[in-house]
Amino acid sequence: MRELKSDRQHKITFTLDGRQVSGDAEPHLLLSDFLREKLGVTSVHVGCEHGVCGTCTVHIDGKAVRACLTFAVQVGNRRVDTVESLSNNEGELNDLQSAFRKHHALQCGFCTPGILMSVEHYLRHNSDPTESDVRDMLSGHLCRCTGYVGMVRAIMETAAKRKSGI
Amino acid sequence: MKPVPFDYVQAQSTEEALACLKDSDRNVRVLAGGQSLVAMLNLRLVRPNLLVDISQIESLSTIRQSKDILEIGAAVTQAELKQWPGLAESVPQLSMALPFVGHFQTRNKGTVCGSLAHADPSSELPLCLAALNGSVVLQSARRSRVLNAAEFQTGMLSTACQPDEMIVAARYPISREGDGFAFREVARRHGDFAIVALAAFVTESKIRLGIGGLASRPSVREWDILSEQELDEALNAFAWQLKGSDDIHATARYRRELVRRLGRQVIEEAKSARTKE
Ligand code: FES
Ligand code: FES
Repeated sequence: MRELKSDRQHKITFTLDGRQVSGDAEPHLLLSDFLREKLGVTSVHVGCEHGVCGTCTVHIDGKAVRACLTFAVQVGNRRVDTVESLSNNEGELNDLQSAFRKHHALQCGFCTPGILMSVEHYLRHNSDPTESDVRDMLSGHLCRCTGYVGMVRAIMETAAKRKSGI
Repeated sequence: MKPVPFDYVQAQSTEEALACLKDSDRNVRVLAGGQSLVAMLNLRLVRPNLLVDISQIESLSTIRQSKDILEIGAAVTQAELKQWPGLAESVPQLSMALPFVGHFQTRNKGTVCGSLAHADPSSELPLCLAALNGSVVLQSARRSRVLNAAEFQTGMLSTACQPDEMIVAARYPISREGDGFAFREVARRHGDFAIVALAAFVTESKIRLGIGGLASRPSVREWDILSEQELDEALNAFAWQLKGSDDIHATARYRRELVRRLGRQVIEEAKSARTKE
């Protein structure tokens, strides 16, 4: 049993957006701060830091979870994906991101990275959601700009297109 | 909004975790999904010296069904239980309540036992445990014991779990023929803490109603089958006993009124959901 001491830095190696990376963290460093401050991934936003707003949502082993309720030391040897993993190498937006743009599903964009990651996980398991299912899933996120209507449209459109294989 | 520094162990087995808990000189906390605990750590409401992570212990990640109980290991997430194929038949009330537990994103990591350990008076899983008279399995390096909901739930954010113990599993009774269940919750926004949550369990001869959100822990009343008027009186008495309190979300009076009106509705709903004997 290995005890990680509070006053030391511990090396954490994991897969971030498809690449093997490593960084040092004390046990109490939140994953959100680790990604932003040690690894420079500033697309992981931090709002409330207690699991309410959803903007820090990333995938760990494919599941959408709050990075602010996870410690960096917990992701060793695991797979973490952020919003950076959605577009291709040329920086082209994926279908969901394009639908968000088309339907004005963002204004300031603060909440957007977390929401996109939630939706990606959600649609993988719910390929044919109703509008109320989508709103229910979105209740885990706060957006202070858009009123959610554009998001619901963008998500419904993306779900329909993915389902019909377009 | 940052936790205090602490040492950290990722336990590989229950024995390892229990060995850490034995250390009475340190304030040791068990971390499973962290959806309540890490928020409390970030707010510095909890300041442990050592955090023992049990989320990767394989023997705690199973859901087991026997004839009478569904046993849910301490590392099983709320999402895993929600997706468990037999749930709607085995423990219908859990499958009704789980969509109200936090949000999709927090259920992906939050555990069933973690929610019982946190013991928020308005949360759904402790309420179902009380309404169904389920139990929890507590283990320490020296002993193992099983406490039913009423013994385990001692108050607001507090349980009978001792510092050297941890919950290794929760046990929810399996539904029998002739049982009926219903669950209802009132909150400002779906997934928020309940203003009032109600869980009804009806058999041929008994009515059990559990209420969350009014008292410091889930409260349950059990009656023999009552006439319409008797039921109204019983619900009124129950509401007054619970009292409730005013806060930013609702007044105590509104909460009591929800117990009277929705109490009646969930009981009716559970009656009509009774399976044929
Ligand atoms: S910053 Fe993580 S949920 Fe708000
Ligand atoms: S776009 Fe500004 S908070 Fe959502």
